[in-house]
Amino acid sequence: MAAPLSVEVEFGGGAELLFDGVKKHQVTLPGQEEPWDIRNLLVWIKKNLLKERPELFIQGDSVRPGILVLINDADWELLGELDYQLQDQDSILFISTLHGSRIGAGSTW
Amino acid sequence: MVSIFLSHAFRRSLPLLPRSDPAMPAPQCATCHKARAALRRPRSGRALCGACFCAAFEAEVLHTVVAGRLLPSGAVVAVGASGGKDSTVLAHVLQVLAPRLGISLRLVAVDEGIGGYRDAALAAVRRQAARWELPLTVVAYADLFGGWTMDAVARSTAGSGRSRACCTFCGVLRRRALEEGARLVGATHIVTGHNADDMAETVLMNFLRGDAARLARGGGLGSPGEGGALPRCRPLQLASQKEVVLYAHFRRLDYFSEECVYAPEAFRGHARHLLKLLEAARPSAVLDLVHSAERLALAPAARPPAPGACSRCGALASRALCQACALLDGLNRGRPRLAIGKGRRGLDEAGPPRDGEPERAPAPDAVPAF
Repeated sequence: MAAPLSVEVEFGGGAELLFDGVKKHQVTLPGQEEPWDIRNLLVWIKKNLLKERPELFIQGDSVRPGILVLINDADWELLGELDYQLQDQDSILFISTLHGSRIGAGSTW
Repeated sequence: MVSIFLSHAFRRSLPLLPRSDPAMPAPQCATCHKARAALRRPRSGRALCGACFCAAFEAEVLHTVVAGRLLPSGAVVAVGASGGKDSTVLAHVLQVLAPRLGISLRLVAVDEGIGGYRDAALAAVRRQAARWELPLTVVAYADLFGGWTMDAVARSTAGSGRSRACCTFCGVLRRRALEEGARLVGATHIVTGHNADDMAETVLMNFLRGDAARLARGGGLGSPGEGGALPRCRPLQLASQKEVVLYAHFRRLDYFSEECVYAPEAFRGHARHLLKLLEAARPSAVLDLVHSAERLALAPAARPPAPGACSRCGALASRALCQACALLDGLNRGRPRLAIGKGRRGLDEAGPPRDGEPERAPAPDAVPAF
């Protein structure tokens, strides 16, 4: 039984555009049977925060390739990715690497 | 024969870490052994903290520049600054390395005239110029190309029922604009922020288009500056896009990250999507593609002829007209697709049709124009 958790969810690199342009979200996750991990956080985000075009953020049960996930400023790869169990006051940052001004790169060489 | 599984479960080439245990924190930094590791470098597998990662990133860019002799001491370097993550990281890193390299930097931003998008990006560049205390010059398409903004080009090339060609224009004109801006500020070299992912996408695009000429020229660390053009290089070209983003994050760099309004229709998006899928299956695919291109040798029949000079403006050109002049010609004549697609008739300077000779309509493009 997981107690309610208070976490900060942040979006950057253009990902914030899918969330009404809001970068930082203070989130209270309700108490539930299973512990909160990134996997079910994503489900929660999709249901409660994502405003448009979920396929640009989520693919299957994970994030779309090209979206970096930092938990407390560390790459989620070091912490178990989807299996990382959230703790109170954790900060989870999703940075998109997919946007940007790539115009002009094509004809270089 | 290995099939590529696209689902997340097979995506990692490193073994999945065990279900995380709150008592097992992230590993220690392998360099300083003091701070907690923030990421694992893909090539070496070493876990580094944010500060040591940034130092390693800077050292690698320094190595790229020094080993490739890209920017000699005394160089005046024009940095193509779009306000985006890559040029922001590029300018920041070069600022850090400038004293060691003995170079000076000038920011050059290109205003393509894309309403809404470019204004916000330029605002980001202006903030950066102020913060770094670097001189900034903005060159506008409208001034350089007889009033043609990208919005005007997009209107001119739209409505023919096919995918947008405006990105093709923008690529060519932007390079020309950057060259002009660099000359204006007295630069000896031009640098742009292309990263390894960009280079890999370009390799894929050139293969998919059958562009032997570009593949033949590809792979070098820079364009040496033939035909009087300023030498260009891409100091970040061996840096993966992910690491560029992480560097910007750990250095708290402010950049602009919205997508160009026309970009969704550019062909590059398809190459990028394919690359992301490939990378999920084989993380080294990005750099491997770049290295493959470097080692590519073309069959004699495929090698392009030595380029000459544009008959109009003197710039490097493989035909009578350089791409920029040919594209602008097409726009001004109301036939914007003249210089695009297979055949690219517009590049061979044809005058107006002689009397008595009906002007032939251009043959339908065998490949989609973009």
